[in-house]
Amino acid sequence: MENFNKYTEARTVTYKPAGTGKLYTDPDAEKAREYFRDTKPRKMVEKATTVEKAVKEMIHDEDYIGIGGFGANRTPVAVLHEILRQGKKNLGLAGHTATHDFQILVAGNCVNRCDAAYIVGLEARGLSKGARKAVESGAVELCEHTNASLTWRYKAAAMGLSFLPVRCMLGTDTEKYSNSVEMECPFTGAKYLAVPALYPDVGIIHVHRADVYGNCQIDGIMIADQDLARAAKRLIITTERFVPNEYIRRDPAKTVIPYYLVDAVIEVPFGGYPGNMAYEYFSDEEHLKAWLKAEKDPDEFKAFLQRHIYGVKNFNEYLDTIGGMSRLQELRIQENLIEK
Amino acid sequence: MEYNDMELMICLASRYLEDNSIVVVGTGAPCAAAMLAQKMSSPRLMIMFEAGGIGPMLPSMPISVGDSRTFYRGLAASSMPEVMETCQRGLVDYTFLGGAQIDQYGNINSTMIGDDHKNPKVRFPGSGGANDLASLCWKTMMITPQDPQRFTEKIDFITSPGYLNGPGAREKAGLPKDSGPYKVITNLCVIGFDEETKRMKVESTHPGIEKQTIIDNTGFELLWADDLTISEPPSPEELKCLREEVDPYKYIIGRA
Repeated sequence: MENFNKYTEARTVTYKPAGTGKLYTDPDAEKAREYFRDTKPRKMVEKATTVEKAVKEMIHDEDYIGIGGFGANRTPVAVLHEILRQGKKNLGLAGHTATHDFQILVAGNCVNRCDAAYIVGLEARGLSKGARKAVESGAVELCEHTNASLTWRYKAAAMGLSFLPVRCMLGTDTEKYSNSVEMECPFTGAKYLAVPALYPDVGIIHVHRADVYGNCQIDGIMIADQDLARAAKRLIITTERFVPNEYIRRDPAKTVIPYYLVDAVIEVPFGGYPGNMAYEYFSDEEHLKAWLKAEKDPDEFKAFLQRHIYGVKNFNEYLDTIGGMSRLQELRIQENLIEK
Repeated sequence: MEYNDMELMICLASRYLEDNSIVVVGTGAPCAAAMLAQKMSSPRLMIMFEAGGIGPMLPSMPISVGDSRTFYRGLAASSMPEVMETCQRGLVDYTFLGGAQIDQYGNINSTMIGDDHKNPKVRFPGSGGANDLASLCWKTMMITPQDPQRFTEKIDFITSPGYLNGPGAREKAGLPKDSGPYKVITNLCVIGFDEETKRMKVESTHPGIEKQTIIDNTGFELLWADDLTISEPPSPEELKCLREEVDPYKYIIGRA
């Protein structure tokens, strides 16, 4: 039998700062433990609230936020709009395939720093002029990252650690403008990149169903939300619908976010609109196109934001501006691939 | 049969995806190439998307690598760490990337144009999952138009690693050994990478394309394969499948 104890012999391990990017959040796991010990709810109590109240009480200027979903898929849009209406400023953002979410937040000048894996674009739909301007002008400071590195930074935090070693970014300018450190594996001597744990001040996630205590179930891909939910110091959940606790208990294997991670939960039907919500509704490509088009003219964009965000009281009123239930039903039909 | 550049590139790319291999794709031409491969020659090709979709029965082109098409009747609706960690474990054979600039070692820029990271002339989305896939999958391919601005001696920002600055550089940087760029499929030719120098080497020129045209559209010196051939044009069967089954609304092939 091969003896692998050579790997545990004493050796000197080197660490080398690899990136010039700033650290926007504290990776210290001890501090995180204390925070979680002192503030996370152990008791299963009702946390149902309103979007307005949750944003007012739980998101402060200069907070660093992490947004669930994937750009324009299962994105907590209602909360993002409310952040604009309440004029939150100088937020930090984990730009983990941030597409429509980034576009909304920079439209309100809410963000001043970002760990950027994917920003300013809306995938196949094209680039956002507003988002590009915010970055090219220097209004939003960037630390480069990748989708995997940000995912693993959440994971490190979710594990209660201060970093994880990974094998991406090495040798590139992405690494050079990140906030990572090159290290040697203490066992094999392999070169790895240490990425700092990311504990956002606030996580915001939209789910398919939750009970009033915050036990949440998601259908379809999880993206990075199982880790974001665990990494976030405060967690705001919006849900397509409330279900009784008994419903959650019927299929506990589906509960990806248990109540003790959650600080507020709000029922927001169609809360991922204009993004795609798996098995519920497809993305509203016309409305996303209208966003991209409106951004090209400052006056038109101002009127556009007034019509859809600043001039309405809440998310339900926003849905009225885009065609209400008739339009939403079309998107439900599209999602479920029902032939006309 | 007549075909356009996009159709040609998709058909050529699809032929590299052999049966029973795993590919991570994005939206657009790479997704079309993978779908075509599945329908023509590689029915058991496993398609994955970086947001978590695994083995979908794609009903149509996804518009996002995280939309519900990417796991429609799939084998698994997983997560981004699941897919990225599968790449890191060495289970993913192929991936496709795109970018604004590429150099002779296959390094790709999808981050910015300019020389000041704080004030770029033009900002692009950045890595997304591109750096991860280029670092962690075995073989990286590109489907891209070829011109001297895009194929340039020095790219403004290395977003995703090719062979960095030459032989041995990936390993030295700590990237998994034996991984790296494999093929670059352009509107003019198919390019591989020289084993010794890790530089781009033209393997086949497309029908009707002169060698000089390729040279004129490249901002650095290309190597040429000793057994340089003419690219095999799309067969009528490939074109029929691509036009009628893979992309009937011409979302991708209509772009050429």
